[in-house]
Amino acid sequence: MAKLPVEVEKIIEQFGPSLNYPPKEGFPGRDEPDEVVKTHCCFCGMQCGIKLLVKNDKVVGFDPWMEFPFNEGRLCPKGVQRYLQNNHPDRLMDPIKSIPGKGFVTVSWEDAMSETVSEIKRIQNTYGNDAFAMLSGVSLTNEKSYLVGKFARVALKTKNLDYNGRLCMVSAGAGNKKAFGLDRGSNNYSDLEKAEVIIVAGANVSETFPTLTHWIWKARDRGAKLIVIDPRVIPLARTADLHLDVRPGTDSALYGAMLNYLVQHDMLDHDFIDNHTSGFEQTIESVKDYSLEWAEEVTGIDKEKIKLAAEWWGNANTSFLLHARGIEHHSKGVDNVLGCINLVLATGRIGKPYCGYATITGQGNGQGGREHGHKCDQLPGNRDIENPEHRKYIADVWGIKEEEMPGKGLSAYEIIEAIHRGEIKGLISICFNPLVSLPNSNYVREALEKLEYYVCIDFFLNETARHANIVLPGSLQEEEEGTTTSAEGRVIKINKAVNPPGNARTDTSIILELAERLGVKDKFTYENSEAIFNELRVASKGGTADYYGITYKRIVDEMGVFWPCPTEGHPGTPRLWEDRKFKTPDGKAHFNAVPYKLPGEITDEEYPVILTTGRVVSQYLSGTQTRRIGKLVNQYPEPLLEIHPDMASKFGIKQRELVKVSTRRGEAIFPANIVDTIRTDTVFIPYHWPGKKSANQLTPGTLDPISKIPEFKVSACKLEPLGEIAPASEMVKAYQST
Amino acid sequence: MSIENMYNPNLEFFVDMQRCIGCKACEMACAECETNGHESMIHVNYVDRATTIQTTVQVCMHCEDPVCANVCPADAISKDEFGIVHTANTERCIGCSNCVQACPFGVPKKVEEYDLMMKCTMCYDRTSIGKKPMCATVCPSGALFFGTREEIAEMRPNSTPVNTFIFGEEIVNTKVNIMMPKGSNELRIY
Repeated sequence: MAKLPVEVEKIIEQFGPSLNYPPKEGFPGRDEPDEVVKTHCCFCGMQCGIKLLVKNDKVVGFDPWMEFPFNEGRLCPKGVQRYLQNNHPDRLMDPIKSIPGKGFVTVSWEDAMSETVSEIKRIQNTYGNDAFAMLSGVSLTNEKSYLVGKFARVALKTKNLDYNGRLCMVSAGAGNKKAFGLDRGSNNYSDLEKAEVIIVAGANVSETFPTLTHWIWKARDRGAKLIVIDPRVIPLARTADLHLDVRPGTDSALYGAMLNYLVQHDMLDHDFIDNHTSGFEQTIESVKDYSLEWAEEVTGIDKEKIKLAAEWWGNANTSFLLHARGIEHHSKGVDNVLGCINLVLATGRIGKPYCGYATITGQGNGQGGREHGHKCDQLPGNRDIENPEHRKYIADVWGIKEEEMPGKGLSAYEIIEAIHRGEIKGLISICFNPLVSLPNSNYVREALEKLEYYVCIDFFLNETARHANIVLPGSLQEEEEGTTTSAEGRVIKINKAVNPPGNARTDTSIILELAERLGVKDKFTYENSEAIFNELRVASKGGTADYYGITYKRIVDEMGVFWPCPTEGHPGTPRLWEDRKFKTPDGKAHFNAVPYKLPGEITDEEYPVILTTGRVVSQYLSGTQTRRIGKLVNQYPEPLLEIHPDMASKFGIKQRELVKVSTRRGEAIFPANIVDTIRTDTVFIPYHWPGKKSANQLTPGTLDPISKIPEFKVSACKLEPLGEIAPASEMVKAYQST
Repeated sequence: MSIENMYNPNLEFFVDMQRCIGCKACEMACAECETNGHESMIHVNYVDRATTIQTTVQVCMHCEDPVCANVCPADAISKDEFGIVHTANTERCIGCSNCVQACPFGVPKKVEEYDLMMKCTMCYDRTSIGKKPMCATVCPSGALFFGTREEIAEMRPNSTPVNTFIFGEEIVNTKVNIMMPKGSNELRIY
């Protein structure tokens, strides 16, 4: 049973999270590094260029990389501090085994590997191959992502592989595939520069993609109007030309009403609609009753503001619409994405200079990682695991028979549910901390405790890994060569700066050895990362995400190459759809009717307040990495309940008073931060923290029926002030909360 | 190559508060400098978090006639030929905090641990070899920019740099510029 071997406090004492600060005089050797390695930030989808300073096989500092075209040296605080992981005291240096009553003890690689493989075989022989699942993540490079996809299908022979991108971009991916037949941001960010109107919908750009702020301002300096759609006055909204303070869970009503306004006032590109799209009539039929008044009632946004947004959008010659998790983390995440795309298609502003549309992919390799096959329904090159031709092509590349290729498996949250039901008995995970990042964390914990065997590959012992039987110490981004694909669709080179410390090994070598021990060495022999990439190129060839023409050399020489890039002579595709040849079966861009639906949970007498969740600038996702970096933790030490003064006074809540927040899943206590910068009917909690400080104790496991993304952005909650002012943040140590 | 050859006096520092997103990349990057003992010499603060998300970013303004230096009883603070007002000389600073009290912009901080006044030197170690100050290099929003007047005029046609500040009857001219709405030529502080 995958329970904690000893009290959690003892585990934390040994494995952290503890806080790493640079010494006051700097790390020794920083001034005279052995090597200055040009690579990228390990965190978000911007994948900013950065140089790492290396001394004696340790990362000792960073230097801005001025020449990388996207960020030209610019970084956010996470990027500045990202170098503090390779040298972190919490790093796992040896394989460890969970011994009840004793805790985690060091074991040899031989023992860790042989036990793992024998448990995999035992579980699969007893319960069937699919009873052993794999969860992966898109902080992994393209090479590792590809390898994980192949490993699960060819070595583990399980259909149940999914990834943490399920919490990230899947609604956007599904929406883009429906509308365009391809899942990638249609434009690179240089198309922002001369956009006349920019809509940023549900994307806290300045906190989650800070370096993108520069590109938005470049347009604003030329007179662009900025429209920010968000329930909070996020930093980007503070100076926006228009802030639409949407009620969480009602986004599609706003887009529907805007589309209806464009139709009513004939602000349409008829030529584009007639010649290059389908589904327009059904789509406008679905929104014909969506008046400004109705939208004001549903969304809580002043109708004059909605009208202004529609007029600006309708009258613009150039534009760029960006969205992110704010509209995607919903039980109708795909609907919201399609609502946005409908606005883009109606005005025909796509596939032309300064006419852009893109989701802002959240994770470092969220874009590339999801294209190459660790999604439960997908094979490399963005191929469909249920399409016989696609299966045959990849089976040939992998040297297996098509019928040996497992079918579509369960998505990430469904895997947890299947563990809970006892259908999945064993789990291997890499680069995923579901105990913090998935909704309804109490339910997730119960599931983990039911596993017969859990093996985790990670560089730190994150909260989920504490439940593992064996933890295999893996590698950071800077400890292995590879590539990632940024949110723009730019394939870039990750360079190895240092070796994994101690007896830790590269993720790749761990996966390759497991494959060998599972009896498929002949299919998992690669000389180096480039050899994996070269196989990936072939596997992607002819798929929508075609990397065939991209080589390591080209990536370096050209500072990245945008896919699709089908041949070595092809320049890459920074802007999609210039040829108007969409990748849908009929070659047209598809409008999709989006009738308004309620969110999965709505407020009632018992739970009268809307709860939404999100992030802060100094933390990244589940905090496995950033809750160990001292200055980032100090910047925002604990999650606060953001609440409007009107609601605070209604409940008699004082500034920094502890408030119990309850939903149908559970309850948690947070200090109140009373601010004018949030809707009066909504409270906000950032989710990066574990245990009793986790916002995901409260969020629902309601999934979008198409994308299977959980509805993190809307819960109904109740608030109860506890009559006690919170202790100072530093005292609470929320970064290691249990 | 001598410092005179590498330091480019045409490069100036521009601060645009409206662009500040409060991310503190500048503080983090500044604090990476061992000269500062990993203390940041640039400070980002909320104006009034209860009512707004707005933050300010305060860097040393490098006054033409630096009041911090004028009030220093130990003559520890000096301005060099390029107009950079330097942090207090370690050997001379007596930790009296006169400069801390006198600075109209609230820049110098007395660091108790070292009993020393510390402030921004506009990354003299970087600017003297032709690099941008670290804060202006990493700033993701362009709230901090280091470059020529021509560059900023071209990039930001709606704003104008201002380096004259009027505190009551006191006029303070600075090396560092604040970006203000087009047509402004001074900032009067009431």
